Amino acid sequence: MISVFPSLLNGTVITLKLLISSMFFGLLIGLFFAILRINNNPLINKFAYGYSYFFRGTPLLVQLYLIYYGLANIEFLRNSFLWVVIREPYWCAIIAFSLNTGAYTSEILRSAFQTIKEGYIEAAQSLGVSKKITFYKIQIPIAIKQSLPAYGNEIILMLKGTSLASVITIMDLMGEARKVNVLTFKPFEAFITAGIIYLFLTFIIHNIVKYLEKKYGFQT
Amino acid sequence: MELLSFGDTGWGDELFFATLMTIAVSIAAMAIGFVFALVFTPLKLSKNKTLNVIGNCYTTIIRGVPELLVIYLLFFGGTGAVMYVASIFGYDGYIEINAFVTGALAIGIISGAYSTEVFRGAILSIDKGQFEASQVLGIKKSIQFYKVILPQMLRLSIPNLSNVWQITLKDTSLISVTGLVEIMRQSYIAAGSTRDPLFFYSVAAVLYLVLTFLSMKIINKLEVRFNKGY
Repeated sequence: MISVFPSLLNGTVITLKLLISSMFFGLLIGLFFAILRINNNPLINKFAYGYSYFFRGTPLLVQLYLIYYGLANIEFLRNSFLWVVIREPYWCAIIAFSLNTGAYTSEILRSAFQTIKEGYIEAAQSLGVSKKITFYKIQIPIAIKQSLPAYGNEIILMLKGTSLASVITIMDLMGEARKVNVLTFKPFEAFITAGIIYLFLTFIIHNIVKYLEKKYGFQT
Repeated sequence: MELLSFGDTGWGDELFFATLMTIAVSIAAMAIGFVFALVFTPLKLSKNKTLNVIGNCYTTIIRGVPELLVIYLLFFGGTGAVMYVASIFGYDGYIEINAFVTGALAIGIISGAYSTEVFRGAILSIDKGQFEASQVLGIKKSIQFYKVILPQMLRLSIPNLSNVWQITLKDTSLISVTGLVEIMRQSYIAAGSTRDPLFFYSVAAVLYLVLTFLSMKIINKLEVRFNKGY
C-alpha cells in the first residue's frame, strides 16, 4: 500500500493542476455565457442556451474525444497556430473540462442573477448609480455569493471529471492508479488508495467551500 | 451520410444497436440503483448510530470518488473477487464476468448513491401528520412504509430522479473503457476504422442529446400524471 504512494502523489499534482486551470477558465466562460443568457436579445439568448444544452446533455467523455481526436481531423486547424495547443492531450483536456464546467457554471450563475431581488437594482437606480456599475458592483457580487453552495458541488463534480483525462494518456491520479494496476496486478491496492486520495480532496474542497459560505454567504 | 447507411457498408445499424445497448445499460443501472437506494435510505434515516454510519459511508464514498474508479475497481477487481469466492467452494477455473453485468452494477452502485439522497430528501419532506395518522390507525411499521410513505416518496422524488437518470445515462459512456459496445465504444471503433473521428464523435454527441431530450419529454409526462391528484 505504501509503495504505490509516491507515484500516486505525482498524479495528484497533475489532477490538481487540471482541476484548478479548468475551474479558472470555466468560471470565465460561465460568467460570459450567464451574461448572454440574461440578455434580452432572443438570438444571443438562444445561442447561450444551445451551448449549455449541448455540454450538459452529452457525456464529458464524448466532449473530450471530440476535442482530442476530432479537432485533429480538421485540416484548417492542423495548419494554424492552434495546432500547438490541440496536439497536446493536456491542453485538450483543459479545453474540454473548461467548456463543460463553463456550461454548468453559466446555469448556476444565471439562476443566481435571476433571483436577485429587484429592490437592490431599484435602490441602486434611485441613488443614481449607472447601469454598468450596478452590474459590476451589485449584481455580480450578489450572484457569486448566492451561487456558492451550487458552485461547490460543481467543483467536486469537476474533480471527479478530471479522472477522464487518464483515457487520453494523461498520467493524472487515475492514470497512475491504472499504471500501478497493470504493473502489479493488484487492482484493490491501486484503486482503493487512489479512491482515498480522491475522497480526501473532496473533503478538503467541501470544507473550503463551507468556510467561504460561512464567511461571505448570505445569512438567511 | 454514406457512413451512416444500414447494412455492411455503413455504420448505421451498428450505431443503432449500440444506442439500444446504452438504453439497456442505463435502465438496468437505474433499477439496480433503486434497489441500493431502497436498502440504504432507511439506514440513513435510522436512529441507530451504526446503521446511520453505514448509510452515510455509502453515499459519501460513492459520491466522492470518480465514477471511473468504481468501474475499474469492479472490472479489474470483480473477476478476482468472484474467482476467490468460487475457489472457496472448490472451483478453480477462470471465470469471466460479462461486461454488461459489471457495467450495469458499477453504474447502478453510483446512481444508487444519488437516488438514496433523493429518496431521503423526499421522505423528510413528507408531512409529519402522515406518519402520525397511520400510527393512530394502528398500521404496522412495515405496511406503513409500503402503503403510505413509499407512494408519496416516489411522487415527490420524480423531479430529482430525472436528474439522476440524466447523470446515469451520461455515466454509461464510461463503461466503454471496459469494452462493452455501447454508443461510445461503437463510435470509437467506427472512428478508428474509417479515420473520421470528428464525424463519429459528433454522431455520438447527437445520439446522447436525442436520448436526453426524449427522456426529458417522457419524464415530464410522468410528472404531470403523478401529480394529477394534487
